[in-house]
Amino acid sequence: MRNIRLIARLDIKGPNLIKGIHLEGLRVMGSPNEHALRYFLQGADELIYMDCVASLYGRNHLGDIVSAAAKNIFVPMTVGGGIRSVDDATQILRAGADKVAVNTAAVANPQLITEIAQRFGSQCMVLSIEAKQASPDRWEVYTDNGRERTGLDVIEWVKRGVEMGAGEILLTSVDREGTRKGFDIALVMAVTSEISVPVIASGGMGSADDMLTVVQDGGADAVAMADILHYKRAEIGDIRAVAEKAGLGVRYYERA
Amino acid sequence: MNVPEIVVIDYGVGNLLSVQRGLEHCGANVTLTADPEKILAAKRVVLPGVGAFGNAMEALHNLDLVEVIRDVANKKIRLLGICLGMQLLFEESEEFGITVGLGLIPGRVLPIPIRTELGESQKIPHIGWSSLQLPDGLNGWNETLLQDNRPSESVYFVHSFMALPTNSHHRIADCKYGGHSVAAVIGRGHITGCQFHPEKSGEVGLKILRRFCLD
Repeated sequence: MRNIRLIARLDIKGPNLIKGIHLEGLRVMGSPNEHALRYFLQGADELIYMDCVASLYGRNHLGDIVSAAAKNIFVPMTVGGGIRSVDDATQILRAGADKVAVNTAAVANPQLITEIAQRFGSQCMVLSIEAKQASPDRWEVYTDNGRERTGLDVIEWVKRGVEMGAGEILLTSVDREGTRKGFDIALVMAVTSEISVPVIASGGMGSADDMLTVVQDGGADAVAMADILHYKRAEIGDIRAVAEKAGLGVRYYERA
Repeated sequence: MNVPEIVVIDYGVGNLLSVQRGLEHCGANVTLTADPEKILAAKRVVLPGVGAFGNAMEALHNLDLVEVIRDVANKKIRLLGICLGMQLLFEESEEFGITVGLGLIPGRVLPIPIRTELGESQKIPHIGWSSLQLPDGLNGWNETLLQDNRPSESVYFVHSFMALPTNSHHRIADCKYGGHSVAAVIGRGHITGCQFHPEKSGEVGLKILRRFCLD
């Protein structure tokens, strides 16, 4: 089994790092790059930047934030929010991103997934999915940061996305996001059992034990962490130590 | 202060910003260019690259850079190939048919095996953090770009093909993928190649870039 990845997720609104609950009720947490640098120095395997209002209001500050981050952060960065075209993806990659995450625009135009994958490679094309539970074993795809229903079934959509060229899935549970109640294990398991590309579980991490459960029971390849890091409830090194102790493969990293 | 001058060859393949920023972070003065004069005047040259081997060689041919890079090697200018840029240093690649490479290091480029050593199918590309290891027969990394590094330190890979040097002493470091040994760093004289991205490998990768700026 490959090493699982510990990813710091930064949700951005305008120039600020924010954190909400169920992707709403956003609270300003401070400067995105101060937090990002802290997570880089703690040993984050990757960073994810998501502009949470970009798809509502058009262009965003993300390019500037990413290009500033590329000066002192040297791990892979995935950037999403408001990417509607191959040109948008090109711009954000030129600013220093390694992968782009697409949600709303991919739902509106699934062909965009293929276009980005063909241009930059599948490893660059992350399909971001916001999922809300509709019934005990069914989840619906939402867009625009958990605001808009699409009527799409998560499992059907994820399979289609992989066929279209998505190289990775960022799977956010809107129900759990910001709640600290743990990941939606059933959702993650339902997705990981259907596809072979890596799945990043996002939304709900309350403790390092939640990370173990979503990897061991849910089959997640990576975990995205926000609240637990922003509120300094744990450092990435603490979480890595828990993973190592449980026998999970993680990146070898010496704490400074 | 003596600021190292480094040229990153800009032949239209891939994102050079991260490489540039990584080198600048290490104190280098970086120029992105495809100008043969500037490349040959540099003290150190980086050959980056992402994408397909054939496209990259075609781009180098179109810019008349193939001979220039061979001259860089002949003039004993320090040369660092990164990711696809490392693979281009070899004689040929099997990616989409046989394509002739720069031929600076004997060997070829092959697909990563689709099965693990135990015969299970494995995910390609190899993406993520893997540990550097000393290849069989090598005792340490003194006098290589890895001299500040230690075995088991992890670096970030994204690749579907791997280099197979003809001479095992050109292997500086390996990583394991599905139980197979994959060349992670290769070296011959003033030439070094990294299959992984040192500019995306945190402090471990920066140590390699810093050493490249110094030597």
